[in-house]
Amino acid sequence: MRSLIDIKDLSVQEIGELIAVAEDIIADPEKYAHKCAGKKLATLFFEPSTRTRLSFEAAMYELGGHVIGFSSAQNSSTAKGESVSDTVRTVSCYADIIAMRHPKEGAPLVASRRASVPIINAGDGGHNHPTQTLADLLTIHREKGGFENLTIGLCGDLKFGRTVHSLITAMSRYGGVRFVMISPEELCVPEYIKTEILDPAGSPYTECRELEPVMEQLDILYMTRVQRERFFNEADYIRLKDTYVLTEDKLRNAKQDLCIMHPLPRVNEISVSVDDDPRACYFKQVLYGKYIRMALILKLLQEAKA
Amino acid sequence: MIIGQIKDGIVLDHITAGKGMEIYKILGLGELDCTVAMIKNADSPKMGKKDIIKVGKVIDLNLDILGYIDPGITVNIIRDGERIKREKLSLPERITGVIRCKNPRCITSVEQELEHEFVLTDREKGVYRCVYCEAKAKR
Repeated sequence: MRSLIDIKDLSVQEIGELIAVAEDIIADPEKYAHKCAGKKLATLFFEPSTRTRLSFEAAMYELGGHVIGFSSAQNSSTAKGESVSDTVRTVSCYADIIAMRHPKEGAPLVASRRASVPIINAGDGGHNHPTQTLADLLTIHREKGGFENLTIGLCGDLKFGRTVHSLITAMSRYGGVRFVMISPEELCVPEYIKTEILDPAGSPYTECRELEPVMEQLDILYMTRVQRERFFNEADYIRLKDTYVLTEDKLRNAKQDLCIMHPLPRVNEISVSVDDDPRACYFKQVLYGKYIRMALILKLLQEAKA
Repeated sequence: MIIGQIKDGIVLDHITAGKGMEIYKILGLGELDCTVAMIKNADSPKMGKKDIIKVGKVIDLNLDILGYIDPGITVNIIRDGERIKREKLSLPERITGVIRCKNPRCITSVEQELEHEFVLTDREKGVYRCVYCEAKAKR
């Protein structure tokens, strides 16, 4: 049974096919309005989420399907001590496909080995969040017309940010992509991302501490949040917290066709004044997330049927 | 020191000096009722010093465990005093139920009877990662 647990589960060709379907849905949503009639998506959210769960639910409704599920572990049999394996085997009897978020890393993989329907990983702790990466990829594709020969700036918490690691993994598979990784020393990208992903892929990268000097090089700027809890002392946090707040002023040397992205939620790392800049793409990213999830649900259901 | 040849059994050669006892314990050789010889710090032209284990019976060996602990080991199977098989070990691609994931955020820390499973992600550096959370195995 085909599932999506990690973005690496999808080949470059399959990602291309998903993007093509998503583009077609955007162009003609009516064509897809009944594609999942009679099908049920179970959203098993063992920890709270706003945008991801609603995005999955909206995606299924727009395909003409139905949604069942729960939105926190307290409302599920997990509260009684049930294992992930047993929960998904049970839900497999009710639903045709499952989107699952769980605080424990690897829980969706366990689910995919036990369930008799496809599992979509909707986030497992700080580990993977492949549909966010698919949303990022669709955004880049729509804004830039493709993936090749782009310079991608990744800014903020590059150490713990799962979306950044997945995006690097996905984009390093395309030719001519260069990464500029902007972070405080305390939050720089982990060594294994360089040695096990970037180096084997032959992707060039640079690391720096300041955003403004590299701004003019960037085709994509992917902002992330610098979180207080990641710092050992308050003084360091206060020193760094505003370093990467993106303002209109910092964008003055940026390319006119720069694409500014953020996985959201934003706290203060992008000034609200940037929202009106035509280069701000983070709310489009949310919308594209729904379309790519529609394409993914369709693909996995079709493969399950075959 | 002279340790006699064995007629039927297994010789684990080219064990990194000092690892012999660890392998002896992990393979449960102390529980066998046959002859078992553990040779420490034997001279080796290639390795300088090495450990050797001789077991006077052909037993089932988990080569994945052996390969993980010490990938340089050579396994020799002896029948009627003749070596009938020689196998050089290497790091296994996947190991199951041998090492435990130490990441408290990993699903293996809570899921009932879930076997801990690791895959080799960097052969050169011998890096294994948990299949569930991708945390690096600590040796």
